[in-house]
Amino acid sequence: MTEAALSIRHLAKSFGALKATDDVSLDLMPGELHVVIGPNGAGKSTLINQIAGGLEPDAGRILIDGSDVDGLSMAARVRAGLGRTFQVSSLAMPLSARRNVMLAVQGGSGSSFGFWHPVRRDAGLVAAALAALREVGLVGREDLPVAELSHGERRLVELACALALRPKLLLLDEPMAGLGREGTQRLIGDLAALKRTLPILLVEHDMDAVFTLADRITVLVYGRVVAQGSASEIRSSVAVQEAYLGDRDDA
Amino acid sequence: MARETIANAVLAVALLATPLIAHALGEVYYVNLASRIAIVALAAAGLNLALGMGGLVSFGHAAFFGIGGYVAGIAAFHAVDGSLFAGLLPGSDRMLVIWPLAMLIAGLVALLVGWISLRTEGVYFIMITLAFAQMIFYFGISLPTYGGEDGLSIYRRNRLPGVDTGDPLNFFTITFVVLMIALFLTHRMMEAKFGAALTMARLNRTRLATAGVEPRPILLTAFVLSAMITGLAGALAADLNGFVSPAMLSWHESGEIMVIVILGGVGRLFGPLAGAILYVLLQTVIGGYTENWQFFLGLILLGVVLFANGGLLGLIAGRARHD
Repeated sequence: MTEAALSIRHLAKSFGALKATDDVSLDLMPGELHVVIGPNGAGKSTLINQIAGGLEPDAGRILIDGSDVDGLSMAARVRAGLGRTFQVSSLAMPLSARRNVMLAVQGGSGSSFGFWHPVRRDAGLVAAALAALREVGLVGREDLPVAELSHGERRLVELACALALRPKLLLLDEPMAGLGREGTQRLIGDLAALKRTLPILLVEHDMDAVFTLADRITVLVYGRVVAQGSASEIRSSVAVQEAYLGDRDDA
Repeated sequence: MARETIANAVLAVALLATPLIAHALGEVYYVNLASRIAIVALAAAGLNLALGMGGLVSFGHAAFFGIGGYVAGIAAFHAVDGSLFAGLLPGSDRMLVIWPLAMLIAGLVALLVGWISLRTEGVYFIMITLAFAQMIFYFGISLPTYGGEDGLSIYRRNRLPGVDTGDPLNFFTITFVVLMIALFLTHRMMEAKFGAALTMARLNRTRLATAGVEPRPILLTAFVLSAMITGLAGALAADLNGFVSPAMLSWHESGEIMVIVILGGVGRLFGPLAGAILYVLLQTVIGGYTENWQFFLGLILLGVVLFANGGLLGLIAGRARHD
């Protein structure tokens, strides 16, 4: 059996009486795109945060590429191969897209304790950053401050940052949000191509995207896994209809 | 050339030209005033590295300024009477011994202070750096051997091979060269990988961690280097004044260094020099008319904070550009 790129075992996290993550287990296998869906308050962000190292679980284990990341900092998990994007873009707003991605290349390529050689004249570093920006289709806008980019473009800069690290897996938190119809279609195409080489754990609300891309789906409700299976299994699951997909009529 | 580069060059040339002209006219007072500006600018350049470039609002940099001063003072004290420091180390009146020692000790203290303070952020960081500085201030007061509250006089200017350091113009040249070297090294560092990481630590620590770089060692390194620069300025100040006292360690001094950084332009390479020129001129010119010159300093500071976010350099050179 091949080893999971990301493996979560019996993860639990409570805030007071609220069980935000309640005995969650899931595997992200190589070549797979695994989507986590669930209504608001299902604990998706809490789950993502625990995987990324921003929040310490009360119990359970998280393995990245086979090794337990318990106690590792956010940065150490990134070095272990975890690339991620945020629900709300987290970039350096006054800096250009290129500068933002250059830092990711720098972080992924060794020590940041260089005190003498200017990074902007580091041809390899600049080229890698521009290549990552091209890969996400952000061309001609790389020298603008991120603050002047559209919401959707910022998401692409974040994705470029994640890809520039040459990660072993990607953790994407609602990357389609705010992209618009055209942008969503493009990103779906990009991710479909990307998932062949890079396992992706995706949290997403856009149901078109979910059912187009997902190899496996995990449905979270009130912190618990209510269903887990292939896209067609989930689509036909009664439990999921009741708990989640039915909500679409109210929305 | 960018407007800021021109402004920087003008500031440097102004600082260099003033004492040369004053010297030609036989006005020693203005030569020493320029030395003071260069030294205060160096102290502020140290703080600017932590505060402006790393976003670390240290309200305790007087500790490092004072430590630098006391290293120079104590070394001179033992050099004069031939006694040993702590029964172990002889004194020294050589700049090339005192400077590295001042930087080393300021850096070691900063390593300890920063290691603890960097567990906090924001207003807690400000308070904890202030608390450490106050501890060191009271330690300075409680040193009867070295003058206690009255401070310690240095009777002879420290020596540098081949230079008559007692000559005001020579001493100014030393301070000017040291300042320019410090600014040049800061510039190189900020353009290099470390500067990119430090800038990101200031703008978005989470993004830095998401690039696989631990923010805390980057910030701690910046804090220590910052303290070393301010410590060196302290050693030079002691030499210029021929005197060190606990006042160098006081929180007023921390505030003064911070005001200079803000006046000149937070995070601008030459901001500390612009701020130091403005500050010392205000102190000298308005201070010549009224003891309450700080009232006017307050007004100007208010104006800068409200209307000129980039400080004096921001007014001259416009908003900071990132590419």
